Amino acid sequence: MPSTKSQVLSPIPGVFYRKPAPDKEVFIKEGDAVKSGDVIGLVEVMKNFYEIKAETDGVLESFLVNEEDILDAGQEIAVISVQ
Amino acid sequence: MIKVIQPGLQTTVQDHGRIGYYEVGMPPSGAMDKYSYTAANILVGNDENAAALEITYMGPVLEFHQDAVIALTGGEIPPKVNGQPVPMWETLAVKAGDQLSFDFVKQGARVYLAVAGGIDVPLIMDSRSTYTLCGIGGLDGRPLQAGDELKIGYEVKHQVKIGTRIQDELIPTFSKTNEIRVVVGLCSYRLTEESKERFFSIDWTVTPEANRVGYRFKGERLNFVEREQPFGAGSNPSNVVDLGYPIGSIQVPDGVEPIALLNDAVTGGGYATICTIISTDLNKMAQIKTNEKVRFVAVSIEEALQARKEYKDKVAQMKQQLQLS
Repeated sequence: MPSTKSQVLSPIPGVFYRKPAPDKEVFIKEGDAVKSGDVIGLVEVMKNFYEIKAETDGVLESFLVNEEDILDAGQEIAVISVQ
Repeated sequence: MIKVIQPGLQTTVQDHGRIGYYEVGMPPSGAMDKYSYTAANILVGNDENAAALEITYMGPVLEFHQDAVIALTGGEIPPKVNGQPVPMWETLAVKAGDQLSFDFVKQGARVYLAVAGGIDVPLIMDSRSTYTLCGIGGLDGRPLQAGDELKIGYEVKHQVKIGTRIQDELIPTFSKTNEIRVVVGLCSYRLTEESKERFFSIDWTVTPEANRVGYRFKGERLNFVEREQPFGAGSNPSNVVDLGYPIGSIQVPDGVEPIALLNDAVTGGGYATICTIISTDLNKMAQIKTNEKVRFVAVSIEEALQARKEYKDKVAQMKQQLQLS
């Protein structure tokens, strides 16, 4: 079955984190299954941590940004392939 | 009443500011982009000091429980009523039950939502502005939370016709690279000539530490003139004997990462302030986001005053235009 790709965008600018805390595991690994509403990362700005959530079910194909990269508002963070 | 369904990232009640208490260490708070804030109040016929909502980076979802006249100004965070896009910089009517939401930010950083009558929260030291660090003003001294209810006040001065728009030439545009004008001083003598020159010739990047208190910039290290620190000054070369910090003043603690102090900042301290953003450009500063670039440009006091005059003329033009329509 062909899969379509769904982009995950950051609504805000800030620092990107894939882990809930420095000593914790990443929220999700590339290749893992993901459900709509799952947190896949955090963006920190103005001392707030904003949860980036998947908006579709699928497989998290790849992250396009690295841990602690500074993102622009609207920047693409990850690609989810939807079966 | 307006019900907060989702609060957005940081949405606060702000008016023109808590003016007149600086000497006791109370910063003014208030709308960071005064031009857009003023335009929003003019568009709904409010008293110019009426409280509005300041929305940062990400819009809230608000549900109106009564009919209301509103206006949205500032950066471009595209607003929608019941899912349908609505224009900014225009007088809009909403009905009881309508839901206001926003798309992702496109340009700028802050949107102002004025409601005819103003947001009715208690006056604290003559102002309704939220000062979150002290937990005073606005709604319980904090940003909005889901479930909050905002009362609409009675500070309407005149009726404005629905569909009234601010003229295009009076609507600011926002960019990812910005020139911000500053007046050099008070302690610029502390920087080496080379560092002073570098400060004005590189692009500074706004870091994620950029909020109502201040904006921190990344660029390169600046150096201070070597000296024996005077009595009363801290031991770091970036320290001076304590002074009052002008709003918009820029300091460079330890020579690393300049900080521009803004509406909610500390009012004084012991860091050398090397220049001060002119008041009109504080409006522009408020619309700059994390990861965008700023080039500082030195101007004279006369040029700063001229810029202020032009700003006042623009506001007068806005009012005049609305009376004519």
